[in-house]
Amino acid sequence: MSDLKQELKAKIIEQLNLEDISVDTIADDDSLFGDGLGLDSIDALELIVMLDKDYGIKLLDPKEGRKIFESIEVMANYIAEHRTK
Amino acid sequence: MGKGVAITGMGIISAIGNTVAENYLALIGEKKGISRIAWIDTIHKNEIMVGEINFSNAELESQLALDSNNNYSRTALLGAIAAKQAIAAAQITNIDTYKTGLISATSVGGMDMTERYFYEYLEEKSLQKYIDGHHAGDSSQKIAEQLGINHSLVTTISTACSSAANAIMFGARLIKAGKLDRVVVGGSDCLSKFTINGFKTLMILSDTYNTPFDENRKGLNLGEAAAFLVLESDAVVKAENKKVLAYVKGYGNANDAYHQTASSENGDGATLAMEKALKVAGLNPKDIDYVNAHGTATGNNDLSEGKALIRVFGENLPEFSSTKAYTGHTLAAAGAIEAVYSILALQHSVIYPNLNFKTQMKEFEITPQTTLKEKTLSAVLSNSLGFGGNCSTLIFTKEP
Amino acid sequence: MKRVFIQSVGSVSCQKTFDNSQFLDEIEIYEANVVPAIDPAYKDYIPPAAARRMAKGIKMGIVASKIALSDAGLDSVDAIITGTGMGCLVESEKFVSAIIDNKEEYLTPTSFIQSTHNTVGGQIALDLECKGYNFTYVHSSISFESALLDAQLQLAMEEAETILVGGVDELGAHTVKIHKLVHHIKAEMVSSARLLESNTEGAVFGEGANFFVLSNQKKEGAYAELLAVDILNTLDKEDLSQSMERFLATAELKVEDIDLLVMGNNGDVVFDTYYRELSDGLFSKIPQAYYKHLSGEFNTASSFGVWLASKILKFQQIPEDTKLNSITSSKLNRILLYNQYRGQNHSFVLLQKC
Repeated sequence: MSDLKQELKAKIIEQLNLEDISVDTIADDDSLFGDGLGLDSIDALELIVMLDKDYGIKLLDPKEGRKIFESIEVMANYIAEHRTK
Repeated sequence: MGKGVAITGMGIISAIGNTVAENYLALIGEKKGISRIAWIDTIHKNEIMVGEINFSNAELESQLALDSNNNYSRTALLGAIAAKQAIAAAQITNIDTYKTGLISATSVGGMDMTERYFYEYLEEKSLQKYIDGHHAGDSSQKIAEQLGINHSLVTTISTACSSAANAIMFGARLIKAGKLDRVVVGGSDCLSKFTINGFKTLMILSDTYNTPFDENRKGLNLGEAAAFLVLESDAVVKAENKKVLAYVKGYGNANDAYHQTASSENGDGATLAMEKALKVAGLNPKDIDYVNAHGTATGNNDLSEGKALIRVFGENLPEFSSTKAYTGHTLAAAGAIEAVYSILALQHSVIYPNLNFKTQMKEFEITPQTTLKEKTLSAVLSNSLGFGGNCSTLIFTKEP
Repeated sequence: MKRVFIQSVGSVSCQKTFDNSQFLDEIEIYEANVVPAIDPAYKDYIPPAAARRMAKGIKMGIVASKIALSDAGLDSVDAIITGTGMGCLVESEKFVSAIIDNKEEYLTPTSFIQSTHNTVGGQIALDLECKGYNFTYVHSSISFESALLDAQLQLAMEEAETILVGGVDELGAHTVKIHKLVHHIKAEMVSSARLLESNTEGAVFGEGANFFVLSNQKKEGAYAELLAVDILNTLDKEDLSQSMERFLATAELKVEDIDLLVMGNNGDVVFDTYYRELSDGLFSKIPQAYYKHLSGEFNTASSFGVWLASKILKFQQIPEDTKLNSITSSKLNRILLYNQYRGQNHSFVLLQKC
């Protein structure tokens, strides 16, 4: 699980072009949106594509994404449970 | 300085008709132009519905009598057809009699050819003619050529979904300032894989018929269309004893300055745009008899626009409806399509139904007009709201 | 009708123009057929969180507009009007190629959003929190002049008091590649110092952003007065001189009232003949200058021409490297600009010292 979390942090930084942030500065329970990493609705759409492409999880409603992308912790748990690849 | 901006001709081609008359009949006959996609081969064809014009490019080319080595994009083809109709309707036989310009709008431009031949350009010399046709201004140059507009002001506006409304606005300003005597204004956008996939990434495409202002709306249907109006100065109208269809009475553009794509939840930009347009028109909200809403049927747009309507009109909100359920969202052309519909509404004293509406939205109490309604109209307000926070409002009136 | 002034300028280009205290003190010479803009320190202007979804065109546009606003001593403006021929090309190319390469699967929104032509104007509005009028003109080589004309009309008719107007375009690798195929870009490398002697087809492409604050009130530090703008979609070479005289007549001026003609020569042997028509004919006794050896050719390169002319009027000095002929004038009051691209989309702009 901790590997998956590290992997997610690295992917998020790369995919969302978070130049000034490193893997070590993101805590597992940091909130990704709002006050935490400051991600927004477009980032959520980017992450939805990442879920589909890398883990075979298809989300149809962007609103679902907001709950899943609450933190690295929540995201990793969701992926571990639902991944098809 | 001239005051009135008269509309003396209009032309349109859309998913619900190839002429102004056909569009009007579909509107009052409540005939939707939404279907599964036929002319573009996309992997999303079973997940989306579109407002497509049922002609191949070859058919459109032959309507314009183009020779086979032309390099027209579909945007240019549709635009030229609609603009020529507008000129004919305005009974203009010699375009050079008055100083005439063209302000066109597009967001897709020549992207339909670019996405088809992107890599082939590198290998296949015969396709390279389309390279020049990619940029947005190319379709306007071709429309100008088709109309015989030379040595004049021809330009293109691209502000996403408010583009054509803005072309009408700039044209009206040019007439008011006396820069031009006559100006052809409107917009054209064809369907493309680029926009289909683009809107798909934003997850705002409905998999079924779009349902503007409905609580359970699932997103928009993309459409393709072109429409143009002929605007003329008071002096030309008088000299030529022109029949005037309607007037561009008010216009306003504002920016939400809220987000790259989404509209602010309280509709700041749309509110400002409507207030500006009313001010330019010298009208009060109670003077507006019908609102042709942008109403794309995305969660975000309809909420934001609805809130803005309440802020501007309060208790005085007249009947409003979105015609996107008929045509789909025709992007840069939408403002011109809906200008034609607004003018037809004024002419025929009729309000079009907001098709597919079932369930009242929770966030507010306002409800669109859902049945065809006869009502004498003297002023119609039309909204066009787009990406980049771009919000535009036009007001059309029967009297100057 | 109110008079219209260029209150301030801001430029990001293939020269070090982002420092407004200088005026082409050092000229960069390139041996190339494609020249990227010199990057300012974007981080000084744009916070990293905002910059992460910004194409170079957006960044250049924001920096140029911030420089122009600070030069004018303003925090915001009544309206923002942008000209761009191609918008953010790199992201547009990225999205098209992703559609093809991935067969329409796994596409992400960021490129698509930035491919929208009004993305630069929208981002500037976001940055300035400016809820005013926001238009984007996208018509080849007159994209910028369309924006200029719109602003001039609004200011003259008192619909606004201050308007930010600019032109911005960026280079894209695929677009460069295909424009080389059709010889719109020169096949060979050319020294920018000898661009006009190249005698070959095509231009040297560049990129950049030039923004201006226009106002209908003349304030201290203003660069120039904008007297007139005109745009013509088509124009035969034989009609050029007459059209130019007609344009000057609308401002009640004659050729001899012009102290400098600034032209858009780009070294394309086929289309520079338009400029020669004026330089060898009507304007043969008038000082002349050019700029595309400094800026490169792009759809809104003429905004660099207006930047140059504005600076010349304010500094009352014509940089040596921009001179097209050796004629000198005792005064520097009025500058006429002429530009076209591939024989289409011609523009005339008339500026006056203020």
